[in-house]
Formats: sequence, C-alpha cells, structure tokens
Amino acid sequence: MKRTSLHGLHLSLGGKMVEFAGYEMPVQYPDGVLKEHLWTRAKAGLFDVSHMGQAFLTTTRLAQGSDAAHADISDAIETLLPGEIRKLKKGGMRYSALLNAEGGIMDDLMVTRPLHDDLQGMLFLVVNAACKDQDFAHIRNSLADRANLKIADDRSLLALQGPASARVLDAIVPGTAKQTFMTMAPYDWAGAYLIVSRCGYTGEDGFEVSVPSSHAEKLAKAMLAHPDVAPIGLGARDSLRLEAGLCLYGHDIDATTSPVEGNIAFALGKRRKEEANFPGAKRILSELANGPKRLRVGLKPDGRAPAREGAEIVGMNGERIGIVTSGGFGPTVDGPVAMGYVDHAHSKTGTAVQLMVRGKPLAARVVDMPFVPHTYYRG
Amino acid sequence: MTVKYTKDHEWVRLDGAVATIGISAHAAEQLGDVVFVELPAIGKTFKKGDDMAVVESVKAASDVYAPISGEVVEANQAIVDDPAKVNGDPEGGAWFVKLKVSNAAEANELMDAAAYRAFAESH
Repeated sequence: MKRTSLHGLHLSLGGKMVEFAGYEMPVQYPDGVLKEHLWTRAKAGLFDVSHMGQAFLTTTRLAQGSDAAHADISDAIETLLPGEIRKLKKGGMRYSALLNAEGGIMDDLMVTRPLHDDLQGMLFLVVNAACKDQDFAHIRNSLADRANLKIADDRSLLALQGPASARVLDAIVPGTAKQTFMTMAPYDWAGAYLIVSRCGYTGEDGFEVSVPSSHAEKLAKAMLAHPDVAPIGLGARDSLRLEAGLCLYGHDIDATTSPVEGNIAFALGKRRKEEANFPGAKRILSELANGPKRLRVGLKPDGRAPAREGAEIVGMNGERIGIVTSGGFGPTVDGPVAMGYVDHAHSKTGTAVQLMVRGKPLAARVVDMPFVPHTYYRG
Repeated sequence: MTVKYTKDHEWVRLDGAVATIGISAHAAEQLGDVVFVELPAIGKTFKKGDDMAVVESVKAASDVYAPISGEVVEANQAIVDDPAKVNGDPEGGAWFVKLKVSNAAEANELMDAAAYRAFAESH
C-alpha cells in the first residue's frame, strides 16, 4: 500500500489508518468523525489529500509565456472536457469532468490557469486518487501530439477547510487571505514553491495547498500549531462533502452518468455548448434540451434513520424509481441526508419518495442541495 | 449475575429468565459516535443469531444480533432518543433490550469477560 508524505504525522496524531484508493490514509483521529466534522464547520480542519493526482499539462506547440500559448493548451484540454478553460482568468480555476465518447464522466477534476505571465501555456490539474493513473494515461494518449503531461508525484496536497482557515493560513503564508474562491496563486514558503487554491470539498471557505513533499510535514505542523486547527480524517471528509451536496466519484458520478444526469451541468461552458465539440456532446446537449432520464438529487429522510449507498428509491406506489448513491448522518444537519438518482418524473424538489432500508420503506423527500449552505469567500 | 459476550460484540446479563442485552464497550468505541439506534418491538421473538437491532455511527450501520433466543419484554427508549448514550455507558445504562429467554443454556456457549477481552484484542 502507498503512503503519503504525512504518514508518520498521521500515526503520531493517533490516526486510524485504512486503505483508500491504494493508499494508507487516516479515516479518523481520536476525536472521531462526528467531532472532526463539527470542528471543521466551526473552526478549521486539516486534511491530507496527497493521494490525489497533481499534474502540469504544457503545450509543446508554442513557447510558454503568451496568451496564445494559454489558448493552445486550453484548446487541447477542451477536447477532453466540456468546461470553458480558454477564458479562465490568470490564476482562475474550474471544476470540470473528463468525458468518454458517450458523455459519461471518467473523472471530475480541477483545472487551473497559472497566475504569472511566464507560465501561460501550462495548466495545473488535480484529479481523484482512484482515477489518476487512468486519467493521466488518457490525457497523455489523447494529447501526445500537442502537450506534455508532467505528473507531480513529488508534491503533496493539504486542504485547510473551515471558517478559521483564511486567518490561519494567512499567518503562515501571507497574502493567501486575499485570494477569492476558485482562484490560485503561487507563493514561496521557506524555499518551497506552494500552489495555493481557494477551494475545497466541504462547502466551507478554505484552501488546498500543493506543497513539495519535502516540505509537507513542516507545513502541516505549522497549520496544526494553531489552536483552531485539528487534523481531520476521510470519514469526516465524506460527511462534510455529502452535506455540501458535492459528488464522490465512483459513487455519485461514474463512467455511465453524464454531467447533466449528475447535476453538475454548471460545469458545461456556454461557448462549449454552442460549439458542441466535447466528447459525448450529442447526448449531453440532448439531455439539456429534453431533460435527462435520471437526475442526481438531494434526499431528506423524514425520520432519524440514515439511508446509505445502495438503498433503493421507490415511488409512493412502491415502483422502483432510483437508487441512493451516498447517504448517512449529517452531523451539522443533525439528521440523515442522502443523494441519489431518480427518474425524471420524480426529480422535482418536494417530491415524496421512499427509501428502502433493511426491507422497510422510509419516507423521504427530494430536496435542493446543499444540505448546509456553502460559505465560500467571494471577496 | 455474570456478563457473557458474543463474537459479534454483544453482551448478555442473565437474571433469572430475563436477559439484558447491549453492545460491548469495545464495539461502541470501534463504531464511534452513535447517531441512530433501532430497537425491536416488544413481543417480537428472536432465535440466537437473528438480526435484532441496528446501531449506526456517522460512518456505518451495524447489525446487533440476538445473543440468545427469546421474546422482547422491554426496549430501551432512552438510547433511541439519545443515541450518544451508547458511547457513554454501553455496558450499563445503554442496554438495548431485555429478552425473556427460551433456552438459558445457550448462554453457556458465550464468552466470559476475560475470554472476550482476549478475543476483542485479537480482532
């Protein structure tokens, strides 16, 4: 099993280690999932997300350092995803999805345009751990004639999430608090090149910091030295993202679901839809025009019993209408929350449905997500 | 009355014909903060090993099996109303159900506290 550069730190903090995407990762620390979750929403949580894939994609057709080079590398990556990359501002980032020829989601990812002029023509990519080998092979094979992909496996990724995170990080890396949601800036920190992005996977304000692995533990310890910061495991990461209504790849979206079905159609760029030149465009545009057959929706069980992944969703007459893809107990909601796919006829907010839990129907309702409001910093 | 344990981490305390049943402190700790408990209705009968109750943490749902055969004569509503009690006093006030046992001899097959401790440490 692979380990991140923070493995020793996790053990010293009492992390309970489990296998995740081929890595030995902390699922929780001694405080436990519930307290870690609530701490993150109240103060700041530090997550090791170094298992995720980081890479730099650079045009080989033009020299780096011009807007033309950015346009060229954007055109390249846009052949693989439906997002507007060309018009990203310098230092801007987008959530997008690598699509297969049928418009199914191969992975969801972050694509970032460098801030400084001399790096234009390069994009910084962050993809899911479980998909990274396949993603990187796909990108390399598809763009072999026009771009070079450098996998940054010498870098770690730390997420600092929660209302105190800007104050904490700015004291360590001055200037970061000024960044707004979905922007990136590079910093020199103790001789290390940091790539700091204001984004995350909890619905809270926060950052993801790409750091050379040689400096990762030092940076993590600097964050943990602040009394408002606690280490948070994968267990709370999952309950936080579920309350935030965010997808977990391989569960809520996969190679069979399109961005429209997955309810991430916001990731489809306006120009891209007009040009209709991304993989699976025909299916995706048809779903946009006519409505998808199924849609990922939020589900709120009426009682206290959680409905978990795999629970069947049935209509009020007992007919099967879908399946729960993520579900559990939301500590901030203080009750059960879930998401899943329902057929189009049952996807309207407020629709009464039933979730089959241990053979019994549990009354639930289709609700808007997120379950807990996002608190992103927009300046 | 002595307490006996199962390999599925339930405990049983037999008092005459009535068995009080809960989950072990080890199980409660492994599970983490309990957020939901589902108990069977009074009058329901179970054979040893049947699914009897459900206990859920943020992470996962776990079945609680009947450690002994019998009929439910009491269910602990306090842990349904406040599931966190299961973490607070798992082998005391946070018992799950009381069963009128149909075959008290089944208890002989269960582990005593020392045997269970050794079992839990190795699992």
